[in-house]
Amino acid sequence: MDWQIIQQSLPQFAQGFRETLWLSLVGILGAMVVGLCCSLIQYFKVPVARQLVSVYVELFRNTPLLIQLFFLYYAFPVMGLKMSAVTCGIIGLIFLGGAYMAEGFTGGFDGVSKTQVDSGRALGMSNWQLARYIVFPQGFSLSVPSLAANIIFLIKETSIFSVIAIPELTNTALDLIGLYYRSNEYLFVLVIAYAIILIPLSLLLTWLEKRVRYGTFGD
Amino acid sequence: MAEPILTVKNLSKSYGEQQVLHDINFSLQKGEVMTMLGPSGIGKSTLLRCLNGLEDFQTGELVFEGQTVKADNANWQQLRQKIGMVFQSYDLFPNMTVLQNITLAPVKVQKKSKAEAEQAARQLLKRVQLSDYANSYPRELSGGQKQRIAIARALAMHPDLMLFDEVTASLDPEMVRSVLDLIKELSEQDNMTMIIVTHEMNFARQIADQVLFLDQGTILEQTAGKDFFTNPQTQRAKDFLASMDF
Repeated sequence: MDWQIIQQSLPQFAQGFRETLWLSLVGILGAMVVGLCCSLIQYFKVPVARQLVSVYVELFRNTPLLIQLFFLYYAFPVMGLKMSAVTCGIIGLIFLGGAYMAEGFTGGFDGVSKTQVDSGRALGMSNWQLARYIVFPQGFSLSVPSLAANIIFLIKETSIFSVIAIPELTNTALDLIGLYYRSNEYLFVLVIAYAIILIPLSLLLTWLEKRVRYGTFGD
Repeated sequence: MAEPILTVKNLSKSYGEQQVLHDINFSLQKGEVMTMLGPSGIGKSTLLRCLNGLEDFQTGELVFEGQTVKADNANWQQLRQKIGMVFQSYDLFPNMTVLQNITLAPVKVQKKSKAEAEQAARQLLKRVQLSDYANSYPRELSGGQKQRIAIARALAMHPDLMLFDEVTASLDPEMVRSVLDLIKELSEQDNMTMIIVTHEMNFARQIADQVLFLDQGTILEQTAGKDFFTNPQTQRAKDFLASMDF
């Protein structure tokens, strides 16, 4: 292990680090919005849209991101829709993540006990009021663990972006290896870089899960 | 005799092929207390839930305060504001304080002002002797306290009829008293009309103006309160009372 090589590569990795961070951030936020919309459509059983959502969720959850990206990057231009690699990456991540987040939110809403809903109903509340005051607040906090797992998962999935040459962390490492043939050093930095993002985040999310759970249910 | 507040006519319910309630008929006068007794799992709770639309029924109808409610065309949301219900599992909303639990429906459903609802809620809290807990969360309360709050929450809507579904069944024995006393007080002081599903036989005997004894989804006996306990007609009721050790 040559520390000098590691040191020299740090500026490039810093660039990749920033790229990974902002792609993840945009992807995760987008995925949450898409996921929430989908799970609301399912919760309120919106006709037609609901069936479309299930097809979408199943399709994206059961195909690899790699293939989705190939589709966006190589197949869409053939059909006349050409997008930059970064756009393809973000769209891919948002829709992959959206499918998982939808399941996460839906799981939370489904987890709210039927007797809670009954007791709201017995007080004369409308379906919308039940959703707004009982199902959503409790459901959100039940879905936090699964949303947190999805967040970690999506950040790791950004490494797939390297195949369409987005200069994020993994792509940076692979490029450097290709140029200088020093795989030990570059892979070492790569692992450390992901760990720097993911370990603190993972701890933060675990803390958040507990806080939200206690705030809502007191246990 | 005055017009009954609630009349149930030929109500039947089934889950698919399996019929769980057979041709139920009874009526209740304003201020009367009815207890529904019988073995577990024979449809008492289901019947109670049919009375405020939490379960649907296939045939028959209800007449509540002169309004006919059929199986398929009921404005339950409207009716439920007049029919309070308290459940075995209390089901206070865990993410809200006691005061918020009580004021939620009056504010959101009945569109009362927050100040008005809170003032009424504090009155109710005083009534159930839990004034000090207005800003507590349900997790900080004992089972008996939760159940009294659940009753206060139902009362906040000013119902004309209260349904109690085994409200003491999951309480510690020493908590049971406080809840039963409150229900008794509602009957005696407020003349509240109530239907109570319970396994507390002593309580049922003291409070019931009418007893429905059900088995297998059918009413086997329908008598004035005292008569059921002293002079049950069917063998099934005799066996049931003998097994109830009270």
